[in-house]
Amino acid sequence: MKKILLALVLGALAAGSAVPAMAKDAKKIRIASEGAFAPWNGMDSSGKLVGFEIDLAWDLCKRIEADCELIAMDWDGMIPSLQQGKIDAIMAGMTITDERKKVIAFAGPYGTEQSTFATLKSSKLAGAGVGAERVDLADEAAAKPAVAKLAELLKGKTVGVQTSTIQVDFLEKYLPDVTVRNYDKIDNAAIDLAAGRVDAIFGDRSPVEALMRAAGTDKMTLFGPAMTRGVLGEGMGVGLRKADAELKGRLDMAIADANKDGTIATLSQKHFGYDVSVR
Amino acid sequence: MNWTLMWDSLPRLLAALPLTLQLVAMALAFGAVLAFATALLRLSGNRVAVALTSAYTFIFRGTPLLVQIFLIYYGLSQIDLIRDSVLWPVLSQPMWCAILALALNTGAYTSEILRGAIETVPQGQVEAARACGMSRVRLFRRIVLPMAIRQMLPAYGNEVILMVKASSLASTITMMEITGVARRMIAQTFAVFEIFIVAGILYLLINFVATRLIKHAEWRMTPYLRARA
Repeated sequence: MKKILLALVLGALAAGSAVPAMAKDAKKIRIASEGAFAPWNGMDSSGKLVGFEIDLAWDLCKRIEADCELIAMDWDGMIPSLQQGKIDAIMAGMTITDERKKVIAFAGPYGTEQSTFATLKSSKLAGAGVGAERVDLADEAAAKPAVAKLAELLKGKTVGVQTSTIQVDFLEKYLPDVTVRNYDKIDNAAIDLAAGRVDAIFGDRSPVEALMRAAGTDKMTLFGPAMTRGVLGEGMGVGLRKADAELKGRLDMAIADANKDGTIATLSQKHFGYDVSVR
Repeated sequence: MNWTLMWDSLPRLLAALPLTLQLVAMALAFGAVLAFATALLRLSGNRVAVALTSAYTFIFRGTPLLVQIFLIYYGLSQIDLIRDSVLWPVLSQPMWCAILALALNTGAYTSEILRGAIETVPQGQVEAARACGMSRVRLFRRIVLPMAIRQMLPAYGNEVILMVKASSLASTITMMEITGVARRMIAQTFAVFEIFIVAGILYLLINFVATRLIKHAEWRMTPYLRARA
């Protein structure tokens, strides 16, 4: 008797809801972004997500013919939420690293960012250089002299970074004599730079430049080289569950298409004023 | 559940334990002094003193501790006057900002606990002491305060426990205490569940010891209850 009842209930449930709802849900992709990492992703005055990744997300959704929803979420909770199935994709300026690849999959990269130091114009570090404008850490031997000079320059100094970013990994690997202060947002590190609690901040170039603009033209300045690759990652990718291989394939193709027809370069010019696309 | 990860996270979290204990101990010490002064001023009957202390307890009990920590750490540092003052060497340190916020907070709560306890001391006891010829100061020191402290201990034990847990908010201003280290490790391993469980167990252990200490203090201060039993 019980079994029959159970079968009836299950049957009713399956017939009533499952088929059309599932077909629709499978296409609805929930994409999380942070909204605190302009111009990659930010928020306008009404709290709506805006930025390069937001425009790109809508463009990619159109290309894979999916129904999308963009969700603002705290950085710390993103990867756990992805794994728990609360969201389906991350587009939040997340750099592809080996550590992250152990846990999630990435489509892309769709863009890459330089890491750079900033300090106050009144600081002794302002205007300091290491004899190279750009340092490519993928080529360790070529990067070595510049990194050594940087270590010399920053010895004993305090540097503010956003916690659990690739910049922390860089500091730990190459600049052991630097005191690292971890902030939950690079914005807070900049507040402490202005207050004189840290000697420099270290982060991705575009948010650091945005903070410099917000602080006023004569307050902060970039110094040292602009660095890419190596521990600083292969670029920004769309974070996905490893199980969603099919979605990854579709997104990879969409990103390649968007690259080819110049959409990414156009969006990049619009939001950054320079080209962040990866070719 | 990744048991090895939990086990491996223990040394790094334990290394952050001294900082948590230091934060709590300093905050409780400064907070006790503050509470004592505030309670006495509150009971002094002086109108200005009563108004000031009432405002202090009202503000610090009525606003979230997280907001207080942010205001003290990020807020005060925006004011040039404070950055140029003699206070800056202290206020520029996240450690002292955290201790200040926690101490001001616990001071406000504890002053009210203490005030309530002082007011419960029976009038008869006070009159008896006065009849013995005790001065006001001696009467307060020998009769009122010991009885009040005995009275306030259970409620104060609660406050100590709350402070241990509140110290986790110091992680929001770059302090690498237990919660700060836990959050950093979660960012590296994405093992939210495992690492927060270990961190939670550490807080439980601290509070276990704290409640034992308060219990012991209560036992020490109530010999008359034991003698009767």
